[in-house]
Amino acid sequence: MNNNKKVIQSLALLTLVIAIGGIVASCNPDDTQVVTNFTNITMEDNFEAGETPNPAFWSYELGNGEAQGIPGWGNNELQFYTNRTENVKVEDGMLKITARQESFEGFGYTSGRILTKGKFQQKYGRFEARIRLPWGQGLWPAFWLLGDDNDGAEIWPNIGEIDIMENRGQEPTLITGSVHGPGYSGGDSINKDYDLVNDRFDTDFHIFGVEWGPNYINYYVDDVLYNQITPESLEEEDVDAANWVFNDREFYIILNVAVGGNYVGFPSAETVFPQTMEVDYVRVYSAD
Amino acid sequence: MKKLSFKNHIALPLLGLMCVFATSCERGYSDDIDVATFPVSPDIFTDNPVGLTDEFFESFDPATGANTEGFGTDDNVAFKGTTSIRIDVPTPSDPNGGYIGGIFRDRGDGRDLSGYDALTFWMKGSTTASVGTLGFGSDFEENKYAVSINDVELSTDWRKIIIPIPDPSKLTQERGMFIFSAGSQSTNGVGYTIWIDEMRWENLGTVAQPRPAILAGQDQTAQANVGVEVPLGGLTQTFNLGNGQDITVNATPAYFDFVTSNPFVASVNDLGLVSVDGPGEINSETGLLENTATITASIAGVEAAGSLTIEASDLNIIALFSDIYAEVPVDNYNGFYAEFQTTQGFNVDEGGNEIIDYTELNFVAIEFYGREGSGVQPIDASEMTHLHIDVRVNESLDPADFLTFELWNNFTLGNAVSGGFTISSGELATDQWVEFDIPLTSFNGLTATDALGALFTISDATIGAVSLDNIYFYSEN
Repeated sequence: MNNNKKVIQSLALLTLVIAIGGIVASCNPDDTQVVTNFTNITMEDNFEAGETPNPAFWSYELGNGEAQGIPGWGNNELQFYTNRTENVKVEDGMLKITARQESFEGFGYTSGRILTKGKFQQKYGRFEARIRLPWGQGLWPAFWLLGDDNDGAEIWPNIGEIDIMENRGQEPTLITGSVHGPGYSGGDSINKDYDLVNDRFDTDFHIFGVEWGPNYINYYVDDVLYNQITPESLEEEDVDAANWVFNDREFYIILNVAVGGNYVGFPSAETVFPQTMEVDYVRVYSAD
Repeated sequence: MKKLSFKNHIALPLLGLMCVFATSCERGYSDDIDVATFPVSPDIFTDNPVGLTDEFFESFDPATGANTEGFGTDDNVAFKGTTSIRIDVPTPSDPNGGYIGGIFRDRGDGRDLSGYDALTFWMKGSTTASVGTLGFGSDFEENKYAVSINDVELSTDWRKIIIPIPDPSKLTQERGMFIFSAGSQSTNGVGYTIWIDEMRWENLGTVAQPRPAILAGQDQTAQANVGVEVPLGGLTQTFNLGNGQDITVNATPAYFDFVTSNPFVASVNDLGLVSVDGPGEINSETGLLENTATITASIAGVEAAGSLTIEASDLNIIALFSDIYAEVPVDNYNGFYAEFQTTQGFNVDEGGNEIIDYTELNFVAIEFYGREGSGVQPIDASEMTHLHIDVRVNESLDPADFLTFELWNNFTLGNAVSGGFTISSGELATDQWVEFDIPLTSFNGLTATDALGALFTISDATIGAVSLDNIYFYSEN
C-alpha cells in the first residue's frame, strides 16, 4: 500500500510538471512573447505583526474621493473608506479589508483602501499577492498599481494603471487583469478575464501576479500565465503604441474593496455583509 | 518508476490522467478501517436510465391524482446524444390523473454521493411554466435525506438545473436519485411537456457559501407546557453557485445537527422534533429559575440562522390559534362584515410557521360563537386570567397608530357584553414580533367571560398590515 502510494505520488508529481509545462507552452504562441520569472525580492509583507498595516509600507486612503475631487472615486462607488480596524486590520497572519453595510459619515457602506504611494514604488518586476476574495453582488475587490504622478504634476490616465486583479463579487469564478493609459482607460481599458474552472476565488487563496518589464506585462493566476499585454496590444485597439506609459516611471501598490460602482453594479438585498478580502502576503521582485 | 518507459510524449499525459484518478480514488479511505462503500457512479440518465430500477419512473400514488401515463422518453429531442426524458404534464381534469410526479431509484443498495456537490441536468419545456418540485433523496421509504426546490421556471430552451447537496458527507448510501412533481397551476390548466436530459451527480467545485436556516431564519419564542412537542419547520440550505446566483433548497432534518441550550427544559431529536421535558431548574448560584431553552442547528459545522426559544410554563390553555397548543374550533379567522370591513387576509404558512396575516385592516374578527349554526361552541374563559397574543406590524408605524383587541361575551345575543384593550404605537414594532399578555380584567366592560364568541382586532385603518400568532387564553397553575 505504502509503496503504491509513493509510486502514485511520484507519478502525480510528474504529471504536475507536465501540466505546467503544457500551460507555459500553450501560453507562448509566438516567439515575440517574453516569459520571465523574477526571483530577487525587493519588498515583502506577510502581515504577521501588529494589528494594522505596517506604516513603513502602507498608508490609508480615506473617504469617498470628494477630497480628491472625484466623489465615488470617479466610478459612483458607494463606500466610505476608513482607517478603523473594523475596515482594515492585520490578524491571524492576514491583512483583512472588510466592507460593511452601515451608516457612516452620510454613506451606507464602509470599507478600506491602503497603498504604498511614496513608501514603496518600483519600475518593472514581479508584483504578487496571495488573496481570498469576498463575494456577492456589488463587491469590487482589487489589487492594482498606479503610476507615480510626479507630485501631482501628471494625472490619470496618463500616469498609467496596472490592475493585477479585479473581481465582480457576483462572478465568483472570474477575475480581470487590465491596463489603463491615455486612450485606453475606464470602460476602454485593455483587459482579459481569467476563469477558474471548477473552483471559485472566494473559497480559497490564489496568487495574483504580474511580471512587468520593458514593453510587456504578463498576467498570472497561480502558476498560470493567462495574458500578455504589450504596445502591440494598444495598436490592436487602434491606440498608438507610443501611448504605452509603462516604461518610464515607478508604480505603487493599492489594495481595496469597493462597494457598488459602474464596474460592478450595486449590491442587492441578497448581498451578505460584512465581506472581507484576506491577503496572506504581498511580495515584489525586481526585474534583474 | 525505472521499469517504465515511454515510446512518445503522448503517453505521459495519459498516464498522468490515470494517476490523478488513482489518487482521487484513494481520498477518504483509511488503512485502519475497513469501511463498506457503495458505488460512486455519477450518471442517472444519458440516453437511457443508468443503474435505476427496472420501473425507471416510479409514480406517486394514483389515488392522489398522479398521472402514471405521462412519463416516457423522446428519441426526437435531446440536449446531447439521441434521447431525453419526456414528461407530459396533464390538465387538472385528465382522467389518468391531474398532475404528474414520482421518483427515480438506484437499482442497487444505493450510491455513495459524498464526492459530489450537486445533482445536475438539462431541462426545457414546450412553454414557459413553473415546475412545482424538483429534487432528490426521496426513496419512498424513509425519505431521510430528501431535498427539493420549488416553482422552478421552465424555459423553452435548454437550461442547466443545479440542485446542491446540503451536506454531501451524509450521502454515503442514497437510493433517491430524482424526484419531481408538476401540474398545470402556472399555465391556467393547460397541459405542457417537459424534457430532461443528461442527469448526473457532479462535483462542480463552485457550490459555496453555505447558509443553512431553520424556522426560515427567524428567531422565534414560545411558551409551552411540559409534554408539548413542536416540530421545527422552515429547514433550508442556501448556496451561492458559480454564476453568482443564490439557490435555496428545502432540506430534511437529517442534514442538520440540532442542539438545546438547556436539556432540563427542552430536547430536540434527529427529526427536528422539540420536546418540552421539564420546568427548568433553579440556578444554585443566582437563585433564579432557568426555564428557557434555545434550540439551534447547524449543517456540517455551519451555524443555521433561526432559533426557537422555549419557555417552560405550567399553564391552563385555551388556544384560538397556535402551532404548539391544540386549538379549539373556531368559525373563522376573518368573519368578514361586508360593506363596513376592508380587512383582507387569514391564516398563512410562513416558513413552516402558521400565522394570521391581515392587510387593509380597519377591523376584523376571529369568530367562535357558532356562526350560522356551525356548531362551534363559545369559549368559557371564566377560569382564565390572560389573553396572550403575538403581534407583528408589517409596515412603518406612526405615533397615532394603535391596535385595539376587543372581546365579546354572548356575541350576537341580547345579553352581549364587550371590552377593549388598546395597544399604542410605541408598544408595537415594525417587522418584529412583540408578545402581549393582557389580563382579562383589563378589557374594560367585559363583565362576563363564560361564553366568549369573538375577538376583534381594530385599527381604524391606522395600521393596515399586521400579523398575529399564538393567540390563547391562559391561567397559571
